Amino acid sequence: MHPALSVIFFTVASGAGYGLFILLALAHLLGLGDVDGKTLLWGGLLSLLLITAGLLSSVGHLANPKNAWRAFFRFKTSWLSREGVFAVLFYPFGFCYLLLAWLSDGAVGALTLVLGGVAVLLALITVFCTGMIYGCLKTIRQWNTSLTPTNYLLLGLASGCVVLVLVLLLTGQQADAMAGLGVALLVLAALAKGVYYFWMRTLSGPTINTATGFTRAQVRLLDAGHTAGTFLTDEFGYQAPLNQLFWMKVGVFVFGFVVPVLGLGAVLAGVGGGWFAGLAVVSVFVGVGAERWLFFAEARHVVNLYHGAQRT
Amino acid sequence: MKLGLVIDLDVCVGCHACAVSCKQWNTSGTTGPLTDYQPYGEDPSGVWFNRIRHYEVGDYPHNKTINFPMSCMHCEQADCVDVCPTGASYKREEDGIVLIDQDKCMGCNYCSWACPYGARELDRESGVMKKCTLCVDRIYDENLAEIDRQPSCVITCPANARHFGDFDDPNSNVSQLTRERSGYQLMPELGYKPTNQYLPPRLTRPVPTDDVKKKSLISSIKEWTNKAIAR
Repeated sequence: MHPALSVIFFTVASGAGYGLFILLALAHLLGLGDVDGKTLLWGGLLSLLLITAGLLSSVGHLANPKNAWRAFFRFKTSWLSREGVFAVLFYPFGFCYLLLAWLSDGAVGALTLVLGGVAVLLALITVFCTGMIYGCLKTIRQWNTSLTPTNYLLLGLASGCVVLVLVLLLTGQQADAMAGLGVALLVLAALAKGVYYFWMRTLSGPTINTATGFTRAQVRLLDAGHTAGTFLTDEFGYQAPLNQLFWMKVGVFVFGFVVPVLGLGAVLAGVGGGWFAGLAVVSVFVGVGAERWLFFAEARHVVNLYHGAQRT
Repeated sequence: MKLGLVIDLDVCVGCHACAVSCKQWNTSGTTGPLTDYQPYGEDPSGVWFNRIRHYEVGDYPHNKTINFPMSCMHCEQADCVDVCPTGASYKREEDGIVLIDQDKCMGCNYCSWACPYGARELDRESGVMKKCTLCVDRIYDENLAEIDRQPSCVITCPANARHFGDFDDPNSNVSQLTRERSGYQLMPELGYKPTNQYLPPRLTRPVPTDDVKKKSLISSIKEWTNKAIAR
């Protein structure tokens, strides 16, 4: 699949934004750390900014954005529609919760608890829906697995947690508990991603034989019937060189997991102030961006079988 | 009704006439125009509802060229309709035709991702998805003579490799053809239940070769010389 920059930015930014919001609200509501009004304000604003920038970027890849408002009306069958509905539903709850918590300077009342709890739930569901948009497609075996939404949730939470550590440090709060949680989330996300990469090597599914119905002999493409590219070859024909895929995978683990874990380790050890947390944030965005690029670049749509691929 | 096509791979000659007539009819039909990009440039491209590919099946000397036309299969389990967030894509209950409402489509490409047969193509000019309509603006047109109320590709095919009809009726031409010629669906394992059926090539008697005379030494040398000398 063609790795479109707008969709990569959308899933990385909104995932981190929702992750940041979820952990900020949980830390605040469950008292996992000292979260005062200032932290809530900056952390909350940053999460809303990331989410909104991501969602706007996703509208940017539409060919006919003037009809985007219609995307809320197929909730019953479409994961894309569900994502849109939950993303919009999240805003009033998330915004009111942040406002209320900020005005009461971090005190947790019953209304704050309800609003925050609902917002956290909606944020989790939205990220799950983002994963299911890809996970539900039977045409792309690399995506058609429960690991897809799992990875979206884990990477969103892990990257959001790394950002939250930086926000806590910048607002002068104790960040040790969150840094510890961040290390745990990063390790978990790295394991899930590793499982996904190993699982992907064992796939089997439609071949050029089942695609054409000639299952008892070798089938080769003689002529695709067109001299220039088509919508199908542009959209689905993308194939990155193998060594690029390999180095991107190395990049995912180094920048996405190893460097951020070391950065948070430095925070836990009390070395370097906020600098290492900042490094961890930059690194985790680079790593998750590479992960999302690979997610698309390694996905092989079955329509490629009709253009000569022997298997997907 | 379950309207669809039967495509006879035994007689398809790969002339692309169905694709051209499809383009001609539909570019001026309800979903038109089917935009062309750089039609007179170096890499002319554009929107087509029907594409023909050519395959070689088997290894020489037991090989065969198969011309393979593909358009929308009007699947019973049409995931492209389920994933559409706007409701622009829909499957008609009365005849099973899958259509796109051009006024509702937002051009997110998601339906084309869900389609395993490559039936949907985005028109970059108008920003909406387009696909085979089974010539819905033709098959019900009572101003046309009854024989002309068929999809453009079916009428055009000079080899009579395309047939149109109702698969719900066991006595329709398409149901009979499918039954008699062991018609099959493409990629049935994905579970889309495509309506269109493909008829495999008929079995042909192998041409006997045991009575062919062996080559003489002199003709072998001549043949080798002819190959070895570049002209």
